[in-house]
Amino acid sequence: MTTARNPGINGEDPAPRLNRAAIAKRAARDLIDGSTVNLGIGIPALCADFLPDGVELLYHAENGILGFKELSAPGEGDPNMMDAGGKFPKLVPGMAFFDSVESFALIRGGHIDVTVLGALQVSRNGDLANWIIPKRGIGSIGGAMDLAENAKRVVIAMEHNARGDISKIVDACTFPLTAPGCVDQIVTDIAVIDIDQENGRLILRETAPGWSFDDVQARTEAKLETDGDVGQMV
Amino acid sequence: MRRSGKRPYNLAPVPINKISNSFADAVADIPSGASIMIGGFGGAGGQPTRLMLALRDLGVGDLTIIGNVAGISKTTGYGWPDHLDPVDQGMFFESGQATKIICSFPVPGTTNPLSEIEKAWREGKAEVDIVPQGTLIERIRAAGAGIPAFYTPTGVGTPVAEGKEHRDFDGRTHLLEHALPADYALIRAEKADTRGNLQYIGTSRAFNPAMATAARITIVEVDEIVEVGGIDSERVGTLSTYVNRIVQREPGDPLP
Repeated sequence: MTTARNPGINGEDPAPRLNRAAIAKRAARDLIDGSTVNLGIGIPALCADFLPDGVELLYHAENGILGFKELSAPGEGDPNMMDAGGKFPKLVPGMAFFDSVESFALIRGGHIDVTVLGALQVSRNGDLANWIIPKRGIGSIGGAMDLAENAKRVVIAMEHNARGDISKIVDACTFPLTAPGCVDQIVTDIAVIDIDQENGRLILRETAPGWSFDDVQARTEAKLETDGDVGQMV
Repeated sequence: MRRSGKRPYNLAPVPINKISNSFADAVADIPSGASIMIGGFGGAGGQPTRLMLALRDLGVGDLTIIGNVAGISKTTGYGWPDHLDPVDQGMFFESGQATKIICSFPVPGTTNPLSEIEKAWREGKAEVDIVPQGTLIERIRAAGAGIPAFYTPTGVGTPVAEGKEHRDFDGRTHLLEHALPADYALIRAEKADTRGNLQYIGTSRAFNPAMATAARITIVEVDEIVEVGGIDSERVGTLSTYVNRIVQREPGDPLP
């Protein structure tokens, strides 16, 4: 009897991984028309480039804008017209400016529908660690704790493994937390995973083309489950 | 009943003319050991850059700086147009003037060179207190609004919660956080009238309006000073009551 080769965490990938833009595109697909959304820096910020047709979002940036859209060309722009990632949005009708008191009342008060953030580690019960690498000893919290703790829905868009094929999806975070039990969904370069925070279950919903459940599981420390069919990310 | 800590009634009233002739004059009385809020978000917009440079030139030390995104522009270009050399709060750590910072974002990403703040921290020359941004701004707001402490859900279950009172409200755990006042606030606005009412532009508000309320002395850097009435009463972003000193930039200043 032979069994299919399990490539193992150090094995070769069965198929290419999605690039950063494709991760963002997949995360963007689930954003619901009319939502108030805060996108973190890195892959999450790219979601804005891939909204499905007909979907319009109200983007919030924690430095005090709601309703911005198109960005100016890199390096150009007005310093008084900045988003929280340091990019310079164009002025569009209907956008609103406010100070940080109001910006964080909006967040802490639970008025942000969805935040898409990056992560260093996510645990099976939805704990998020994304502000400090312990080895460095010092980190940056910014708005991440407020967003993770208080947004109605928290989506993580990230690469599945850290350098050296280290699993970022773990049984328990070893890095200091940003917020406990907050992550609803993880979108990576090889999978889409829903989190059942209450029961500490990770439900694999989709895999990248050419990737099987076993392929993804082999690169994931925490145990994955399925609930019905596993789809393909595109 | 105890009433210590009330703001003192100043028998020498704040002069009606709050305009300082220079940035150097405006910061001249800041002593060593002072706590200083620096407005803006991080990046050039809303940052009191000329006041910061004047404070550096003043040379006083043992400062506690309170800011938000702090000291990362110089190494990353954050919030600055590409053609300009960024100026940020790291200058007070490079000069050795600051021994502590309270902020939310002092460390750039791993692919960037170390910031002046991180260098000072690694060398044991500076204490860095990292506070979630929403908690930081609310602590500043609370200080200005006469609220000594408040509860927030942000930070529960994280290192931020260590040593703090926890209390459940409606089935959710919160942390007790304390108001954060300062000796001085250096802030930035687009326009001031001669009375000290301020008008802001775009995303330059950020931490400026709250910091204006939370310091013993608030000093504002503006692009333009106008007569009373020159700011629409409907558009006053900070009330003159909070403002002690106003300095106007040179027209056409190349620094944003």
